[in-house]
Amino acid sequence: MLPELGHFALVLALLLAALQAFFGLAGPAIGRGRWMAAVIPATAGQAVMVVTAFACLVASFVGLDFSVAYVAQNANSALPLIYRIAAVWGAHEGSLLLWILLLAMWTVAVAFGATRLPQHFSARVLGVLGIVSFGFLLFTLATSNPFLRLIPAAADGRDLNPLLQDPALAMHPPLLYAGYVGFAVAFAFAIAAMLEGKLDQTWARWTRPWTLAAWAFLTVGIALGSWWAYYELGWGGYWFWDPVENASFMPWLIGTALIHSLAVTDKRGLFKSWTLLLSIIAFSLSLLGTFLVRSGVLVSVHSFAADPARGVFILAFLVIMVGGALALYAWRAPLLKSAAGFEFTSRESFLLFNNILLVIAATTVFGGTLAPLISDTLGLGTLSVGTQYFNPTFLLPMLPMIALAAVGMHANWKRGRLAERSRPVVVTGLIALAIALALVFGYYGGRPGLALVSLALGAWLVLSSLVDPIDRLRRGLSMPRAIVGMTLAHIALGVFVISVTAVETYTTERDVALARGESIEVGGYDFRFDGIDDVHGPNYDGVHGIVQVSREGRPIATLHPEKRRYFVQQSVMTEAGIESQAGRDLFVALGEDLGAGRWSLRIQVRPLINYVWLAALLMALGGCIAASDRRYRTARAPATVPVGAGQGSTA
Amino acid sequence: MTPRRRRLFLVLGILAGVAIAGVLTLQAFRENVMFFFDPSQIAKGEAPAGERFRLGGMVEEGSVVRSPGSLQVQFVVTDFEQSVPVHYTGVLPDLFREGQGVIAHGRLGADGVFTADEVLAKHDENYMPPEVQRSLKAVHPQGAPEG
Repeated sequence: MLPELGHFALVLALLLAALQAFFGLAGPAIGRGRWMAAVIPATAGQAVMVVTAFACLVASFVGLDFSVAYVAQNANSALPLIYRIAAVWGAHEGSLLLWILLLAMWTVAVAFGATRLPQHFSARVLGVLGIVSFGFLLFTLATSNPFLRLIPAAADGRDLNPLLQDPALAMHPPLLYAGYVGFAVAFAFAIAAMLEGKLDQTWARWTRPWTLAAWAFLTVGIALGSWWAYYELGWGGYWFWDPVENASFMPWLIGTALIHSLAVTDKRGLFKSWTLLLSIIAFSLSLLGTFLVRSGVLVSVHSFAADPARGVFILAFLVIMVGGALALYAWRAPLLKSAAGFEFTSRESFLLFNNILLVIAATTVFGGTLAPLISDTLGLGTLSVGTQYFNPTFLLPMLPMIALAAVGMHANWKRGRLAERSRPVVVTGLIALAIALALVFGYYGGRPGLALVSLALGAWLVLSSLVDPIDRLRRGLSMPRAIVGMTLAHIALGVFVISVTAVETYTTERDVALARGESIEVGGYDFRFDGIDDVHGPNYDGVHGIVQVSREGRPIATLHPEKRRYFVQQSVMTEAGIESQAGRDLFVALGEDLGAGRWSLRIQVRPLINYVWLAALLMALGGCIAASDRRYRTARAPATVPVGAGQGSTA
Repeated sequence: MTPRRRRLFLVLGILAGVAIAGVLTLQAFRENVMFFFDPSQIAKGEAPAGERFRLGGMVEEGSVVRSPGSLQVQFVVTDFEQSVPVHYTGVLPDLFREGQGVIAHGRLGADGVFTADEVLAKHDENYMPPEVQRSLKAVHPQGAPEG
């Protein structure tokens, strides 16, 4: 019964989403107040139906109903309860339902927050979100229904992909999707503003907290995925420029540009059409990310389902949404002229450059990610683009951006009197250079060059971010949350640059063959292999190695790198043994039995790698703090009656 | 400088920056892109000598030879028409197995031996790299396993 109820709820949700879109867009267009008011119940009803459907799928998984095809493919009676729940979004169908659920949550949050907005505007925002929801519900029902029955029912299920049986990866899709879907809100605000033909600073103030929240979710989602890849895949890195990683990183880069562009629109009423364009692109890239991952056109670790019909549907949806939005943009953006000007070394200029560099970085990632697909489609040969392309082309725009950020945060709005405030810039720059020199030559012992430059830039950004808050504290000025959040995020970016530089420059890694009792020195640590033992889990068994780590004769840790064989899918998984210390990670992955009593081991000593993810979390925290600033909560519509096409005059 | 001229310089500066970034990116792209070849293409001499590329196919049954106790391993990659011997030193991925699809990054030597510096086998028992699957289908329509 439950699966049928879930299916039925999805169909009702589809109808309600259509109503939500219709009332939300048609109401303001012809100025009918009752239609605009009907958006709220439609939105609420859609959300209730979506939650019902999702709950039905969760219940089918928890109850292990193997008469549901999707459950039979992704669960097993030996699967622990927590992963039965995570298995709901373990494959294509359920992850789409999760996407829809999160969209419904965001929409309800917007509906609650929108009570302060003019009715015709909030109706349009909800209407646009209704279109997005309608598209995804239609997609799910037409191509990817998770509630299809399997007749006769399976005796037992095929189990969840063992790679996904992990706490971090269980949380990764919900957070990532919450970020993707969150950009739908910024998108809806942008479309609504274009339909209104009016965009003022109040608009930016409404949009900013939503965008910041979406960006924060996306940041945590990406960081969790990266952390998981580090300890689970056994390769020992944090970023591989895998197409799916890139698919989530592109909206992040554009979202970061959007946050900064919105700041200018909010404070100075500038960059209006640019902000709109970024809102459209950020959400388009989120859709593209879904398309790339879920259609199977770019096959990577993540893409489990490859079904061309789904790809065609998402592509069509993408073309309609993005094409429609861009057409509206071409038609309406010229109405939204920015009136004021700004000088060359004003803060606006710096933020403009920040935006240009972020867009360049996103473009190079975009090119590298799609080039194999394009080359393949055009019959130009099968090629692949890897780290050798991405690392240099990404650093090229990003390092100058860090420098501009360190300087730009001391620039005044509008006026270019940077010379008056050059002292903190120069002083922090010199201290940062000294720190970088000390780190490179004193602590890590050599290999300057790019490492010296980027360590100095990272330290400069950290120190430079601290100047203004310290100044405020000393002078007893107020410290709004927007400033606290911004400072925290900028410091985190500096920490991120420093830690990535340390990892990339000063990692020592070796693949070795060791017999029992043999040891090897890697990065100043001795790793002694003490043989292997059997391990047994609920739905797997395997072996783990015993590796004693010591430094100058002092024992430091015992690591247990594991090799698991999951019963149902008979696949082998690596669980690396990791000892995290304050300044570095000691990483051992177990390879295989080489014969003659030896095992292969991958041993790495990676400095500061934990700070890469810590920095990402701090960035996200900064975004959340900034989003909660009082300024955004009290922003109300201006009392004047807006003028323009299609206003809700009867509202 | 008048504001107008200053703005002109600003725009020109941005354009120049974007152009430089574009040129450098294309350069990096040309130099760092890796092409894919299957054993039949290599037999026809299509693969570039001395350059890094991706070799894909099936690991031939019974072809994996280790020197016991060391990280050196040899195997043969085949598309059921032609085959290429591969040498590799290092830890093989979890799902590397005889009779399974594999992708190796490396260079082809003058002796016809492919020296790999990276071997990839993806994390799914039924997974077949799409390039490999297509090349197997082209060569051997019946022999290609379902991906």
